[in-house]
Amino acid sequence: MKILLIAHNTFRECVRDKILYNLVLFGVLIIVSSLILGSITIGDVTQVIINLGLSTLTVFGTLIAIFIGIQLVYKEIDKKTLYSLLAKPVHRYEFLLGKFLGLILTLAVNIAVMVLGIFASIFYLRHSIHSSDIHILLAGILILDELMLVVAIAILFSSFSTPALSALFTFALYAIGHFNTDIRVYGSTSMSFLTKALSQFLYYLLPNFGNFDIISQTAHGGFIASEVYLYSLLYGLVYSACILLFSILVFQRKNFK
Amino acid sequence: MPVVVSTHSLSKKFRVGFWKTRTVTALDGLDLEIHRNEIFGYLGPNGAGKSTTLKLLMALIYPCSGHAEILGQPVTDVSNHRILGFLPENPYFYEYLTAEEFLTYYAGLFGFSSYEVRIRVDRFLRLTGIADARKLQLRKFSKGMIQRAGIAQALINDPEIVFLDEPMSGLDPIGRREVRNLILRLKAEGKTVFFSSHILNDIETLCDRVAILNRGRLVGAGLLKDLISKQVSHVEIIISGMGIDQLRQVLEPAVSVSQVGTTMKIEVDADTNLNPLVSAIECAKGKIISVNPVRQTMEDYFLKVIQGGTNNPPRHQ
Repeated sequence: MKILLIAHNTFRECVRDKILYNLVLFGVLIIVSSLILGSITIGDVTQVIINLGLSTLTVFGTLIAIFIGIQLVYKEIDKKTLYSLLAKPVHRYEFLLGKFLGLILTLAVNIAVMVLGIFASIFYLRHSIHSSDIHILLAGILILDELMLVVAIAILFSSFSTPALSALFTFALYAIGHFNTDIRVYGSTSMSFLTKALSQFLYYLLPNFGNFDIISQTAHGGFIASEVYLYSLLYGLVYSACILLFSILVFQRKNFK
Repeated sequence: MPVVVSTHSLSKKFRVGFWKTRTVTALDGLDLEIHRNEIFGYLGPNGAGKSTTLKLLMALIYPCSGHAEILGQPVTDVSNHRILGFLPENPYFYEYLTAEEFLTYYAGLFGFSSYEVRIRVDRFLRLTGIADARKLQLRKFSKGMIQRAGIAQALINDPEIVFLDEPMSGLDPIGRREVRNLILRLKAEGKTVFFSSHILNDIETLCDRVAILNRGRLVGAGLLKDLISKQVSHVEIIISGMGIDQLRQVLEPAVSVSQVGTTMKIEVDADTNLNPLVSAIECAKGKIISVNPVRQTMEDYFLKVIQGGTNNPPRHQ
């Protein structure tokens, strides 16, 4: 109950934040402009709209997840709003989970609006929605799963670091996570046992954001095997839960000077 | 009176500097006991460790050694917070919320029903005088109004023990009087109030007992009436009918004499035998208007213990 109250307040905080409006507006503009791009494209116009729409959703979702995520906890500590909140019967883990869920809720609403925008664009051009278009919705859910992981990472860093450093660390981990498979491939080609072992270790330790990359497949109408989809979904959930657990452990021991 | 808050050898050190190699002692072996239904004043100069104590009691920071208890439970037990109210120093709340939304949010954290939340929010908005600004976002509040909102959130659960860190800060004279009355009302309702302040007059007016902290150490504590009225610091005698030179001739050279308007003021130590002095003045045809034993004020006591404590060893290690 308390977690939900904190989540609700975080959602309200995000909704009243100007950064969110700027990013959402820009995202909607790009989806709308895909209609214009589609009209000058040779071939399947919907492919362009889906591709551009989902890519926009990922990029702006990631920006929101990082920029709001790093500030969520830091701002409460910096402005000391946390002092009065934690003097209420609220556990520190409840606070952290509430903040996390609040931002996830914001991102979910954001994704829902943008996915609806993509569907509207397709309907405008094709005058129909096919059952296979459900892949767009599934892709949206997987993108939310990916953003959940980004938010968890941002919250972890912001629980012990400044916003600037947290943004840097989160971006770095996000970028590295997209090349995670390459690390293993590089390691497997190496003759050194140490390099192999280290690359394997990093492959399993670092988040693999490549797991969530199904945009081009969705755009081209390709089927994603349900076990691959579920594995990716579960991977995001479990990894986020682990990061959040670690954040709670850090946060539990923190002194709010 | 039963003890509701206690600290036992409570110490806190902070690591400072770029490499966090130096330590600063913010609190050094604090032993305190706060009794039920008293107004306890916590005094000390800036950086004395007052806010550190309150943060330790609210489990916002953890002690390096020692422990603290509220109603016999360790302060880290969050369930205790149901019966506590806390106003932090220079509070800053969610500026994007209106006063009403803010109090509704905080009241909800206690698990009250929505009806109960509405009743309480309304009551405390009125009690703290910000009911007219209930729909205004906190970002548009003045410092004094924020302080009032802070007091409202501290009382929203009708707490048994209220911790107020500099509650008069930012308030105008009317606001200060209102908060003073509110604190007295809390005591009348059977609550315990722990408040820290720089303003000695507030402490003197309100508190039953005080503790004075300097450089993280407790340098004085006790019942206010004992601290400020037990000791007569000196005696003032007001005389008329004599000039200052004439008076100096009949008194011992060590006695302090000054002219106040058309009268003379003599100040002597509290333990001075006044009989020979009075006889000497009467023989010289002087008229004694008053003899006033001057008692120690809170300010005198505060300055005495603080200045006495300045020889403490350095806190940097």
